[in-house]
Amino acid sequence: MTQVFGFVLSLVLTFAALFVALKTSLSFNAIIWIIGTLAVIQAALQLFMFMHLKDGEDSKAQTINILYGIFIAVVTVAGSIWVMSFGM
Amino acid sequence: MGIKWDKFFITGDPLILGSQIAILLTMIGIVALVTYLKKWKWLWREWFTTVDHKRIGIMYILMGVLMFFRGGVDGLLMKAQTATADGKLLDAQHYNEVFTTHGVIMILFMAMPLLIGIMNVIIPLQIGARDVAFPQLNALSFWLTFSGAMLFNISFVIGGSPDAGWTAYFPLAGKEFTPGIGNNFYAVAIQIAGIGTLMTGINFIVTVLKMRVKGMTLMKMPMFTWTSFITSIIIVASFPILTVALALMTFDRIFGTHFFTLGGGGLDMMWVNLFWLWGHPEVYIVVLPAFGMFSEVISTFSRKMLFGYKSMVFSIVGIAFLSMLVWVHHFFTMGAGPAVNSIFSITTMMIAIPTGVKIFNWLFTMRKGRIQFTTAMLWALAFVPCFIIGGTTGVMLAMGAADYQYHNSLFLVAHFHYVLIPGVVFAVFAGLYYWWPKMFGHMLNEKLGKLHFWFFVIGFNMTFLPMFFLGLDGAVRRSYTYSAETGFGPLMLVSAIGAGILAIGFGFLCYNIYWSARYADRNISSDPWDARTLEWATASPAPFYNFAKLPEVKSLDAFWYMKKNNDGLELRENEIKEIHMPSNSGLPIIMAIVFGIAGFFLIFEWKIAALVAALGIIAGLIVRSFDYNDGFHVPVDEIKATEKAWRKVDKEVKDHVS
Repeated sequence: MTQVFGFVLSLVLTFAALFVALKTSLSFNAIIWIIGTLAVIQAALQLFMFMHLKDGEDSKAQTINILYGIFIAVVTVAGSIWVMSFGM
Repeated sequence: MGIKWDKFFITGDPLILGSQIAILLTMIGIVALVTYLKKWKWLWREWFTTVDHKRIGIMYILMGVLMFFRGGVDGLLMKAQTATADGKLLDAQHYNEVFTTHGVIMILFMAMPLLIGIMNVIIPLQIGARDVAFPQLNALSFWLTFSGAMLFNISFVIGGSPDAGWTAYFPLAGKEFTPGIGNNFYAVAIQIAGIGTLMTGINFIVTVLKMRVKGMTLMKMPMFTWTSFITSIIIVASFPILTVALALMTFDRIFGTHFFTLGGGGLDMMWVNLFWLWGHPEVYIVVLPAFGMFSEVISTFSRKMLFGYKSMVFSIVGIAFLSMLVWVHHFFTMGAGPAVNSIFSITTMMIAIPTGVKIFNWLFTMRKGRIQFTTAMLWALAFVPCFIIGGTTGVMLAMGAADYQYHNSLFLVAHFHYVLIPGVVFAVFAGLYYWWPKMFGHMLNEKLGKLHFWFFVIGFNMTFLPMFFLGLDGAVRRSYTYSAETGFGPLMLVSAIGAGILAIGFGFLCYNIYWSARYADRNISSDPWDARTLEWATASPAPFYNFAKLPEVKSLDAFWYMKKNNDGLELRENEIKEIHMPSNSGLPIIMAIVFGIAGFFLIFEWKIAALVAALGIIAGLIVRSFDYNDGFHVPVDEIKATEKAWRKVDKEVKDHVS
C-alpha cells in the first residue's frame, strides 16, 4: 500500500517539476530552487517508501548513516564553495 | 616512452650514494639470510599470506617502527642542519626534500600504521570476536599501506624525493614549479596507502557494529574500542576527499589538466582547501585511538573504572563532529574574510571543550586510585601536561587575527609536535608496553622502558620547547638556514641537542625490543597487569582463534568482573566446539605488488605500462570474486590441546605474576 502511495506521490512531484520548468514563466533562479526542492523531497520520500529506511533492526543506524552522509556532503561541497568564494 | 635513464638514479650526493649502497647491501643481506635459514616458505605461509588480525597488526607495528626510524633520521638531519647559524650539512634542495618526507612518513607511515596495528591486534580481542569482519580485506589494507610506504621511500634514491612540503601546496607542487618526478611519488604513493586505510576504516566499522560478543552493548564497549570505532567513521568520511584531491593532483601533474594550476582557470587554493578538509580530520584519526589507549592504561594502573565513561563517549563523538568543521584554521592567512575566519576560529576553539572534558576524566580516574608506576602508566602521566601545552598553544593559534603572526613560524611547528608527540607517540609507546605481553607472550623490560621514557620525554621537551620562543622571535619553518645576527643560534642548538637525547630514547626502545625478545621471562601470567578488558581473558599471546569459548559480557570492564565474581573463566570440556576460521590467501600481497608496479610506472609517467599493470589490479579483483573458499574448521582436539597448554591444572586463567 505504501508503495502505491509513494509511487503516486513520486509521479505527482515529478510532473510538478516538469510543469514548473516548462509551463511557467518564472525566473531561472526560481525554477532551479523549486525543482531542486522537489527533487530533495522526492529523494527523502523514496528513502522511506521504497528503500526501507525505517524497516528492519538497523533502522536507527541507517538513519544516522544517511544524516551523517548528508552532513559530510554539505560540509565538503557548501563549505568549500563558501570558503573559496571568500565568504561572499 | 621517453625514459630518462640519466634521471632514474639520483647521483652526485655522497649522503645519498651512501644510502643507495647501504640499501642494496641490506636487501642482499636479508635475502641471503632468509635463504640461508630456509625461511621463505615459513614467511610466505605464516606471514605474507596470513589473514589473522593479530599477525597483520604485528606487521603494521613493525612497519611503523621502521618508518619511525626513517622519519626520525630525517628529523635529526634537519636539527643537525639548523643547530648552528649558516649550517652547511644540507643544501636548500636537500633540506626541502628532508622536511617533506619527514612530515609524510611520520603522519602517514609511522603514526597511522602503529595505531592501526594496535587496533588490529586489540579490537577483535576486546569485543570478543574471532577476527575482523573482512579478514582478507584487512590483509589487503596492510599490504597496500606497505606498498605505498615502500614506493614513497624509494623516492630518495630513485627519481628524487618530493620537495614541496608534506602539504604539497599548489602552485609550488604543480608541474610548472616542480618539474621533476619527485612530487609524482607524493601523489601516487599516498594514494595507494590511502586506499588501504579507507578499507581499514570500513572493516573496523563493520567489525565493531556486527561482531561484538553477546551482552556487549555499545555503551559497554571498552574505551579503546569506542575511540577506534569513531576513528574508523572519520576515516570513511574524510579519506575519500584525499583520494579525490590526490587524483586531481595526479591529473594535473601527469596528464596536463588545470585543476590547481595558476593558468587555465585552475584554483590553486582549492588544493589547500581539499587537503585540509582531509588533513584536519586526519589529526583526530591519529589522536582518538591514542586517547583510547590512555584511557585503558590509566584505568588499569589506577585500579579504577574509567571516570565519566558516558561523557568520554559523548566527547569523542563531539570531537568527531567538530573535526569536520575546522579545516580553514590551517589557512587563515588566505584571507577569506572576517566571516569565514571568525566562524572557523570559533569552531576550532570549541574543540578544546570536549578535549578538556577528557583530560579531567583522566585526572579524576587517577584521583584516589592506587596508581602503579609502570612504564605504560608513566607515558600516560607525561602525556597530560605535555598535551596541555600543545592544546593551549592550539587555542592561541585558533584566533584568526593572531594567527597571522604565528603562521608558518616555529611556534606552529612546536605546537603541533606538542600535540602529536604526546598525543600519538606517547600513546603508542604506552600501548606497546601495555599490550606487548598480549602480542608476544613476554613483557618489555621495565628498567630499559624507564630509561626509554626519561630520555625520550626530556629530549622531546628540550627539542620543542625552545621552538615556541624561536617562533615568537620570528624564526620561520622550512627555512634551511639562518644568519648569526638573528640570535636564533643558542636556542636552536639546545633544540638540536634535545633531538639527540630523544633519539637515544628511541634507541632504548629498539634495544628493549631486542633484549626482551631474547631474555625476557616467558613464564608470565596471561593477565600480567591485572587488567580489566576482554583481551586479557585468553592466552598471551592469544591463540589464532582468540577465544575457545566466547565470553559473555554483563558489565563495563567485563574481565574485571569475571575475575571478581569468578564467573565464566572456566572452560569445561563439553563447551568446546569446532571453530570456523578464514583461510590464508596470497591474493592481497600479490595485488599490493601489482599496485606498487602500476604506481611506479605512473610516477615515471610511463602511461601505457601503467595501464597494462593496472589491468593486473582488475584481474586480481576478478580472481577474488570467483574465490569460493569460505574457510576451515578447527577440530575440537586441537582446541583442547592449545587450551591445555596455557590453562594449566586448575583450568582457569593463569593468575600468577612472576
